[in-house]
Amino acid sequence: MAKRTDKNSYTIIFAIIMVLVVGSLLAGIAQGLRPKITENERFEKQQNILYAMGVNDNAGPGDVAFVPTDKVEESFNKYIKEQLVIQGDSVTEDSQAYLIDLKKEESLAKEDEDYKRRLPLFVGEKDGKTMYIIPMRGKGLWDAIWGFVAVDKDFVVQGVYFDHKGETPGLGANIKERYFMDDFEGEQVMDGDVFKGIDVAKGNNDPTNERKDDQKVDALAGATITGNGVTAMIKKDMALYVPYIEKLNTQQ
Amino acid sequence: MGLLSKKDSKLILDPLADNNPITIQVLGICSALAITAQLKASIVMAVSVIVVLGVGNVVISLMRNIIPSKIRIIVQLVIVAALVIMVDQVLKAFAYELSKQLSVFIGLIITNCIIMGRFEAFALGNNPWRSFLDGIGNAAGYGLILVIVGFFRELLGSGTLLGFKVLGDPIEQTGLYSIGYENNGFMLLSPMALIVIGLIIWVQRARNKDLIEE
Repeated sequence: MAKRTDKNSYTIIFAIIMVLVVGSLLAGIAQGLRPKITENERFEKQQNILYAMGVNDNAGPGDVAFVPTDKVEESFNKYIKEQLVIQGDSVTEDSQAYLIDLKKEESLAKEDEDYKRRLPLFVGEKDGKTMYIIPMRGKGLWDAIWGFVAVDKDFVVQGVYFDHKGETPGLGANIKERYFMDDFEGEQVMDGDVFKGIDVAKGNNDPTNERKDDQKVDALAGATITGNGVTAMIKKDMALYVPYIEKLNTQQ
Repeated sequence: MGLLSKKDSKLILDPLADNNPITIQVLGICSALAITAQLKASIVMAVSVIVVLGVGNVVISLMRNIIPSKIRIIVQLVIVAALVIMVDQVLKAFAYELSKQLSVFIGLIITNCIIMGRFEAFALGNNPWRSFLDGIGNAAGYGLILVIVGFFRELLGSGTLLGFKVLGDPIEQTGLYSIGYENNGFMLLSPMALIVIGLIIWVQRARNKDLIEE
């Protein structure tokens, strides 16, 4: 006689019950943990933005230390004076601007040519200096890369933060290391009146980055495509904000 | 050992050396190549696999008499996938920093052949306690190799261990670098992991002639 568990009806019933049990278990866990996870993601964005404008807990020369999670909300409110959303010609203030999903905006703009992307821009003030923190998103070698670049009104970079989803550890993943990010500080993104961005350049004659007006930083060895991704990301996304910041300057 | 009988402790100790999943059974190589560029990632991957395989083996073993044999592979897959998603979600909620560094690796656990292999070969035919020991043992054997490979790759490739600059600073030219030492960037690429594993297999078989196939 065949075993009970070999019957077709048993197999089907087992499969159905298993799927129901596992499915509801996972759904339950996901639902239960969702608020905590969204909060973590929200804090992370605030930490990243603050890091780019130089508000961080770095102690040693190699540290990338954010403002601790329990204090980030407070610091964010203290240092970020305005959160703007630029959409076409209209500029509105929105305290949730940092939660705008760049990826979604990008794909909306791609699908519909008439769609005006919502561009979040953060105006921060640190030690009496106003800076504009620009979020950006691009493509690395394996997956998405993103970051925040803080510039002052003369388009001099005040600080950056880069992150990635899955670049090669030890190579492309080093875009979030201090020695790469710190190179951007003080770089001028404009060449005269023309927006040039910052080139992550190989064979750069200036590896210690003495020249700040050449729109170049030294590339990471073994991470050509990730580096090119950073270059392209800065060029593409920062360009969207240049007219607005220029307009602000002429108004003053 | 008082706690474990001789047979039980063999379940844990065997996979660490003479029946190691990576070097003897040659399972789980893909993840061993992918994530061992840094020691930290290796250690966390090892711990995660120990958790998933330990729990998974017990779950499969508890269900072993009710799982229909026709769809047992699918059942195993569902269970390991569910466990991995749970681990991932819990990490995201309570150890966000860590989960960010590991996101890809956690997902990779599902594809680890050792897990399905132990479910199929051991947990389906043994009681939960023995399955648990077997799971822990095999995952630890896998983790051991990962940590060894990660140690050498990070040390020789980046000159650091767990992020600490143990060989001096290559930019400031201190420590070993002051006498002309250079990091070997090749160590960071996957092929070198394969070569390191090959060397481990060589050492292991040279020490224990029983392991050499005719």
